[in-house]
Amino acid sequence: MKGIIENFDLFAPKLVEKEEYYSSGHRACQGCGEALAIRLMAKALGKDTVVTNATGCMEVTATPYPTTAWKLPWIHVAFPNSASVGAGVESALKALRRKGKIADRDVKVVSIGGDGGSFDIGFQAISGAMERGHNMIYIVYDNEAYMNTGIQRSGGTPYGASTTTRPAGKASVGNTTWKKNMAEIMVAHRVPYVATACHSYPFDFMNKVKKARKVNGPAFIHCLAVCPTGWRTTSETCIKMGRLAVETGVFPLYEVENGKYSMTIEMPKKLRPMEDYLKPQGRFRHLTPDQVNIFRGMAMTEYNKVLERIKHSKTWSEMTS
Amino acid sequence: MSKRIGMEIALAAAEAVALCRPDVIAAYPITPNTHIPEHLAEIVADGHLDCEYIAVESEHSALSACTGASAAGARVFTATSSQGLLYMYEIVPVVPSMRLPVIMCLGNRAISGPINIWNDHSDYMCVRDLGWISMFASNGQETIDMCIQAFKIGEHADVMLPVLVNLDGFQLTHVVEAMMMPDQEEVDKFLPPRKPFASLHPDNIVSMGTLGLPDIYNEAKKANDEALINSKKVILEIWKEWETMFGRKYEPIMSYKANDADVLMLTMGSMGETAQVAIDELRKEGFKAGLIDLKLYRPFPAEELKKAVKGIKNLIVIDRAVMSGGAAAPVCAEVKSVLYDEPDRPVITNDIIGLGGRDVKVEDFIKIFKKAAKAKPERAYEIYGVRG
Amino acid sequence: MTEKKWPETWQDTNPGLMIFKPASSRSYLTGGWRAQKPIWDNTKCIKCGVCYLFCPEACITEDAEGFFMADLNYCKGCGICYHECWPRAIKMVED
Repeated sequence: MKGIIENFDLFAPKLVEKEEYYSSGHRACQGCGEALAIRLMAKALGKDTVVTNATGCMEVTATPYPTTAWKLPWIHVAFPNSASVGAGVESALKALRRKGKIADRDVKVVSIGGDGGSFDIGFQAISGAMERGHNMIYIVYDNEAYMNTGIQRSGGTPYGASTTTRPAGKASVGNTTWKKNMAEIMVAHRVPYVATACHSYPFDFMNKVKKARKVNGPAFIHCLAVCPTGWRTTSETCIKMGRLAVETGVFPLYEVENGKYSMTIEMPKKLRPMEDYLKPQGRFRHLTPDQVNIFRGMAMTEYNKVLERIKHSKTWSEMTS
Repeated sequence: MSKRIGMEIALAAAEAVALCRPDVIAAYPITPNTHIPEHLAEIVADGHLDCEYIAVESEHSALSACTGASAAGARVFTATSSQGLLYMYEIVPVVPSMRLPVIMCLGNRAISGPINIWNDHSDYMCVRDLGWISMFASNGQETIDMCIQAFKIGEHADVMLPVLVNLDGFQLTHVVEAMMMPDQEEVDKFLPPRKPFASLHPDNIVSMGTLGLPDIYNEAKKANDEALINSKKVILEIWKEWETMFGRKYEPIMSYKANDADVLMLTMGSMGETAQVAIDELRKEGFKAGLIDLKLYRPFPAEELKKAVKGIKNLIVIDRAVMSGGAAAPVCAEVKSVLYDEPDRPVITNDIIGLGGRDVKVEDFIKIFKKAAKAKPERAYEIYGVRG
Repeated sequence: MTEKKWPETWQDTNPGLMIFKPASSRSYLTGGWRAQKPIWDNTKCIKCGVCYLFCPEACITEDAEGFFMADLNYCKGCGICYHECWPRAIKMVED
């Protein structure tokens, strides 16, 4: 059945690419969801890849000179420009290959960044690179705040989350707006493959990475990455929190191929109660039942928008005439 | 065979860059350098240059894309001015710190505010300390020559640094001059394809742009500073090679009627040629004026400067930018620093001229020469010609 | 080629602080961070490999018989493997 990928194939981990392109010894926190997600992404991409990385947790923890955790060619330049550096690398590889100056084989450029370096300061670079149609993937690892600098709010911070720049207090609920819908913004850029993913659904995520890699043009993946340190949850529940985000409808997993939306995991008819997701997280601990309702309302609006699009969207080629 | 052409200098610069066979160009338009990326785009569109032209959405992305492309082993070029340079400012020091050659044409334009699109050197002065090899062209011929030389210098195995070619906005970019344009064969002979030290490719895995903790940052900075200082050797070699091939001589400081001068003026960029006319006039009156013209600004040619001012009584440093609230204007501050320990150093006066594109005339230079010959100035620096 | 001594002199630093040794982070043993470590009970283990898949440190490996264990040089003791193990074959003990 097209588009339905099992949440977990019990014995499939043994079939996953064995090579570790993101190796041990990196300095990420215990139980870091983003580190896991990047490890899985690298396995799905394989060795013919160049990675450009925005400043953030993953860049700082992986490459303190003189050691690097990466087993792929990798470059970091600055905070807002992973996508534009990626565009430059993509153009260079294209030109050099065409002129016969490098090996004649496909090397994919993958630009990664956190929600900080993608939703906010890096937004312009992504918008430009995706709009120009470069043959590259952009993957945003969204842990819902500027975690590397100490948990400040970002455009990916959901309603009610307490961050250091929008903390919960006597006069404030914390963050007052919902997450920026980057996937929808990318579909509006006419990116042929857009998907949301989470490390807690590793095969769904890795298959999406593989699909994005096959696109001869831009592709965008929004991957939710649980940050136990910033979300104030236990390190061992990292994977579970990602599952709860999906099962409560807060972060549905879907893909958009040439404009046509489809859910990629089977969602239960009745979503899990929002409290299951919010209660274990210290950053939501201050929410009153009314505020939880506001959170639920915002999350459900976005979820229902996705369901609507799944029902009614057509591929762009179907809409040409 | 080089051909004598007459065209707008910006267009000629673009043609010269095209002859260098860049692999990737990423540029964003900004007056007054726009004609350079525009003409390059035309050359690519007509199939005369096999190059990936990225019409980026901002200058920050322009330099970022150039950095990525250079890291992937490509020959890259960009051009900008003023506010565009300031928008890519964050990336400007990163490029040399990563030892990546990127060639940039800077159409010198005043930085805001107030917003002003005309010529002065304030944009370059914002980036002079960030680690780029920097040259100043005084006319069209120098512009073309320096653009081509820049690629060879920056990509040299002992250099591996970005190079910035300054040309005065409007005063040079939009002016039509006669120039000798080399042909493709000559440029190919002078400039072989780039052989990168390292590049992003799975066949040879490298991590670039790594984290420099306090325990290594000082060493990294020292290594880069030494690389910039030592690049002068290579620059002089390449200039000698250029002279042999094309018959045009380049030195870090070039002079005009300086040998027997009493009063020397130091300039950079196109205003030097106006100063030369003033010097000719003054010489007719018996006033022994002379000019020294800074062609290489980074690495700063301290030795050449000391030699050039030996025995001179008065040195006028002409700046075309302000160092707000500083001890002097930018170039003069460096000159004074170099000459401080010299026995019998000249009396140094500093005039800031032509900010925001205000016209710099022959009579202005004549006035400045005569004023400097008199007495030690009251103020460390003056903005020349301000009303009020 | 002689190994460079750390901390490096400025002359020894790679140009641009580039790193030419992929996966060299393995020289930094993060095992010292943990407060607890995972212990596998191979009588319960069904050899599914889920623990290996979910380890952010990539420190869980398969042995010749198909059972799993953590490389204690790198294990940070996060407990994800313990939490995700279906048959509850892993438990965390104080370390």
